[in-house]
This record gives sequence, structure tokens and C-alpha cells, in this order.
Amino acid sequence: MGRTLAEKVWDDHVVRRAEGEPDLLFIDLHLLHEVTSPQAFDGLRKNGREVRRIDLTIATEDHNTPTLDIDKPIADPVSRVQLETLRKNCAEFGVRLHPLGDVEQGVVHVVGPQLGLTQPGTTVVCGDSHTSTHGAFGALAFGIGTSQVEHVLATQTLPLARPKTMAITIDGELPAEVTAKDLILAIIAKIGTGGGQGYILEYRGAAIEKLSMEARMTICNMSIEAGARAGMIAPDATTFDYLKGRDHAPQGEDWDAAVAYWKTLKSDEDAVFDAEVVVDAASLAPFVTWGTNPGQGAPLSANVPDPASYEDASERNAAEKALEYMGLTAGQALRDIKVDTVFVGSCTNGRIEDLRAAASVVEGRSVADGVRMLVVPGSVRVALQAMDEGLDKVFTAAGAEWRHAGCSMCLGMNPDQLAPGERSASTSNRNFEGRQGKGGRTHLVSPQVAAATAVLGHLASPADLTDATALVEA
Amino acid sequence: MEAFTAHTGRAVPLRRSNVDTDQIIPAHWLKKVTRDGFEDGLFEAWRKDPEFVLNKPERQGASVLVAGPDFGTGSSREHAVWALQNYGFKTVVSSRFADIFRGNSLKNGLLTVVLPQETVDRLWSLVEADPDAEITVDLQDRQVRAQGITADFELDENARWRLLNGLDDISITLQNEDAIAAYESGRPAHKPSTIRA
Ligand code: SF4
Repeated sequence: MGRTLAEKVWDDHVVRRAEGEPDLLFIDLHLLHEVTSPQAFDGLRKNGREVRRIDLTIATEDHNTPTLDIDKPIADPVSRVQLETLRKNCAEFGVRLHPLGDVEQGVVHVVGPQLGLTQPGTTVVCGDSHTSTHGAFGALAFGIGTSQVEHVLATQTLPLARPKTMAITIDGELPAEVTAKDLILAIIAKIGTGGGQGYILEYRGAAIEKLSMEARMTICNMSIEAGARAGMIAPDATTFDYLKGRDHAPQGEDWDAAVAYWKTLKSDEDAVFDAEVVVDAASLAPFVTWGTNPGQGAPLSANVPDPASYEDASERNAAEKALEYMGLTAGQALRDIKVDTVFVGSCTNGRIEDLRAAASVVEGRSVADGVRMLVVPGSVRVALQAMDEGLDKVFTAAGAEWRHAGCSMCLGMNPDQLAPGERSASTSNRNFEGRQGKGGRTHLVSPQVAAATAVLGHLASPADLTDATALVEA
Repeated sequence: MEAFTAHTGRAVPLRRSNVDTDQIIPAHWLKKVTRDGFEDGLFEAWRKDPEFVLNKPERQGASVLVAGPDFGTGSSREHAVWALQNYGFKTVVSSRFADIFRGNSLKNGLLTVVLPQETVDRLWSLVEADPDAEITVDLQDRQVRAQGITADFELDENARWRLLNGLDDISITLQNEDAIAAYESGRPAHKPSTIRA
């Protein structure tokens, strides 16, 4: 019987397999950041252990880093201690680190791919659930907890029970205004925040094959929001083109050997998935969330749902609580929801293509009065490229704030936060209560919807904008 | 890691589904660089409400959390587990846990027990009616017991063995040094390295 992509990569990394025990898997790439690593390094120190493979380990700073005045000492003393702890640990154990101010610094999941470290057929882990992002390259990539970070540091392996596999096939073609973000939000709304639990997802089908690497990363990134630890996409010419020539991509003979191997990394025709979901791309539309978990979303053209319409008691209850927290009423048009802040950035949508998309919408327009728009590149490299293309000027001319790279408003660990009751349209991945700051209310959107929302001041898509602009001109 | 064989204690009924890790321990707590001292961050936002179940006098000292479905969704932060443990919880019961949270809990000796929702409902009813009611979570027998309720639960044999013996994963893995070294020597040359050539 054939094997799925996930099974192939899994099998290629088994160090030890024994009846009744989890497989011991070899880890090709271990990404570190300041939040989930201090207790792991502490554990090493306590037990007199070393980092086994510094050549497979790399660290950067992202969650706590400010996006303004980065040359000044970090104001929050607790954030500062956490960053200093990472610097100390990396120096002590010999781990390569890209700290704030370095040209390779940025959100860990933007940094790995752009260095060419994330490659097809590798196992990638990081103490961060959005490690699933790297699956876009056909890597088996998943988030781990701090105990596992310590385990990988010490042994370069992880004991893991083999997950099941789920195929998510996106047939047909995405309509012009529908982005990868809309697609993944729609998938999560369909299968639920627990739908992918216990599975490695494989996104496949005609619509996926057409997507750029950036778009594929957006999709795999949010696999965790569907409950799956990992999401994968089979590597193809798009993947190889993206990697070719990058800093850490193989070269010469190694490149040829690598590509030959990478080409074998797809699910066999006769491979059997434990579960399958099919989505018709043509049926999709721009999608936004209205609630406090990423599964609580709907097409932008829809209304806020009535909790009473849910048959399942716990879903009904969750919807009621969500509407109360979000300050919304059932039946209200999603397009009528006014926002205070727009955030473009994060490991979901902080790549160059995302910034281009948002810039193309705000170009020649201005951010609505009373709305604050933050544009935060996912990494310094992304920032530099955007500046090269003049995107920063487009944003600032429209009245948006152009910031330094980092996680920023994706989560309330650094100075970029929502005030209580403040409402945002955000290109990030989590709309949990208080995720962007205590009492903050988050609507997850694509970069295009974020930009259109910034211009109009209420949830909107670029299509709405053309109408509005035409009206103004007429 | 502390071994877990069986635990008996009073319970906190948490009637909410999809309790994510940002609720269990908000992000600003993640700046700490230690494994302890997270108890005050546990459910921090909800605890501002005096009516929140954890604040009720009759729930003080409870050590069993009976939670709604999809507990622990969201981030990989192990701090969520430490916060529950620092607060005094020994075990969490739910009909469904998020994968990473579950893995983290078992690695830290916090026993996460999966029971059918109807059993969870009965446990909720019991401990809401009688805050003094005790729940026993017995890992030896893989069974949850409370007044009028006996429910078996599953846990894979390997995880159970580690918990029962309080074994830490790293030392177990390091017994396989030869297998790791053999694997390493067979890795293809094209695999990525973080050290620049
Ligand atoms: S951008 Fe957001 S989701 Fe991504 S790593 Fe940073 S905090 Fe996590």
C-alpha cells in the first residue's frame, strides 16, 4: 500500500521503533525563541547536558521585541530579562542567535524559510505552535512544549506517537478576491477548532498547487487553529524555485540530490488517509471571524450568527459568550462592524506578498479617521525588501504606521496592544479573548480585507472600496 | 517529574468549552524565566470576576479540574500546565484536550483524563451539588471514581508507565545513544545546517 506525504517524512526520521513505544524521531531543524526556551536551557544546565547539535539549532527574538525605538533599552524589565536570558543561553551553549537589531531577526517562522533552512522532507520543531507554518515546504513541522525543547536540545530527537493523516482537498480555482487566509479560515469554520486534532493535515488539490509559497505558509500556519499540530503541502516546482539560491539551501551536487529526493515527497496514488475533507474553491468568498475562536468565522457578506441557531449546546454557549465578549449582536451585518485598529503582520500574514497585497489596496487612499493601522513586517529581511519596493512609503502616505519586525500585536507580550474594549481587524491567527491585549476584540482577516477595512473604518473587502472610491470621485 | 499513581481531591467544575491557553495563562506571564510562580496568572482574566468558580470559598484547595471540551487549545506554552500545577491542580478531566497541551501535561506529571462528555456532565452535577464531594483519579486502575460514578479511562501504556514511575524522557532517550549516533551518520549531505559553510 502507498504512503502519504506525512508518513514518508515520518518514516525517514525514525531513529528507533519498538512495539508499544512511541517512535523516536530525529529532528533536522530546531528553532528557538525567547519565550519557551529559558526553562529548557535551565534543565540542561541542571543536568550537566550540552546542546547536542548546534548545527541544527538557531534562535531569534520576536515575541517580546518592541517595534519602535529598537535602539533604546527595552522598557519592560521582564521582557528585557527574557531577551537577555536567551542571549546568555545562546552564548553559553554556542547556539546561533539573531537578536533584535540583526538583519536576520524576525518572527521565527518567517526567519527559517527565508534563510532556506526550512526544506522539504525535514522535521522542524520549535517551542511555538505555529511551527506548522513550515509544513508548506513539505516538511513535517510542529510546535512543542518546553520539556520537549529541552529534550531536542539534549538529544536532537523526540519520542512521538504517530498521528493519523487527513487529506484536505481544495478542488477548483479560488475566485479572484479570495486569498489563502480566507481559504484557511473557511476550512477551520468547516471542520472546527478540534477537527484536525490527532491528525497531520495535508492540503492538496488544484487550488493549492497554484498558490505561492507565502500563501501556502499562511494556510499551514493556521493548521493548529484547526486542532492539528502539523499541516503539509507536497513540494513542487514552486517550492524548489523559492528555495534555490537561499543562504542555507543546498548547492551544486547537493542541490541535485536534494531535488531528486524532494520529488519523491508526495502522497502515493494509492495512499490511504484516515480522514478526508473536500472543499470547493469556487464556493469561497472573503472570510472574517466574529467570535473568540478561529472557528467562529463567516463570509464577510454574512451577518453575525444567532447563537440560538446552534444545535450543539456547547457551541451555542460558546457563541453566546463570544458575542458578549465581542460586543456584537446576532443578525448584525459583519460589514457594519467598525474597528479602531488594523494590524497587518504576524507569522500568518507578515511576508512580502502580504505587505504587497495590503499596500496595493491602500495605495492612493487614506486610512479612515480615528483608525490606527499598524504594518509590521515579519522579519527585517521582509522589511528591507518592502522598503526597496517603496511599500513603506505607500503605507505611511496612507496614514499607516510602518514598524520594525516582530510578533507585535499578534499577542500581548510587547508594547503593541489593544486597549480594553478596542476592536481590531487583524491578519494574525488567534482571536482569543485578550490575545491582542486585555479586553481587546479581534476579527481575523486577510491582508486585503485588513487594508480595505482600514480605509473604510468598518470590515470591508477591496471590492467595497472600489465602489466607495468611485462614489467619491463621482 | 513527580510520580502519579492515584489522587483524591475536591473538584472545580469549569463549565466552558474551548478554554484556550491564553485564558489559562495570559501571554504577559510568559515573560518569566522560571517554572514556578504562575499560580496567580491562572485564568487571570476570569478571576477578576468574584463569581468565577475558582474564586468561590468552597472551591479553595480543590485539586481536580473538571473542564469542558477542547481544553487547552491554542499555543504550545507549557506555562499553561505549570500554572495549573502551581495553583494546586493534580489532574484535569475533560472530554477532549488539545494535542500539545495534553502532551505537555503528561510530560509534567499533570494527569489529563479523557472521559465521555456525559460522564463529565455527571461529575459537574455532582460537585456543583456537593462542593465537598471528592473525585478519585486512579492511574493504576485507569479509573475515575466519585459518589455514584465509576468510569474507566484510556491512556497509552507508555505514557502511563512514565507517569507511574515519574520517569523523565531525556534520560530514557539517552539510553538509545547508539541508535541516535547511527542515524546521524547516515543523514544525507544535503540536509540543512544552521552553521554557514
Ligand atoms: S507572530 Fe504571533 S503566532 Fe506567530 S510566532 Fe509571533 S506571536 Fe506566535
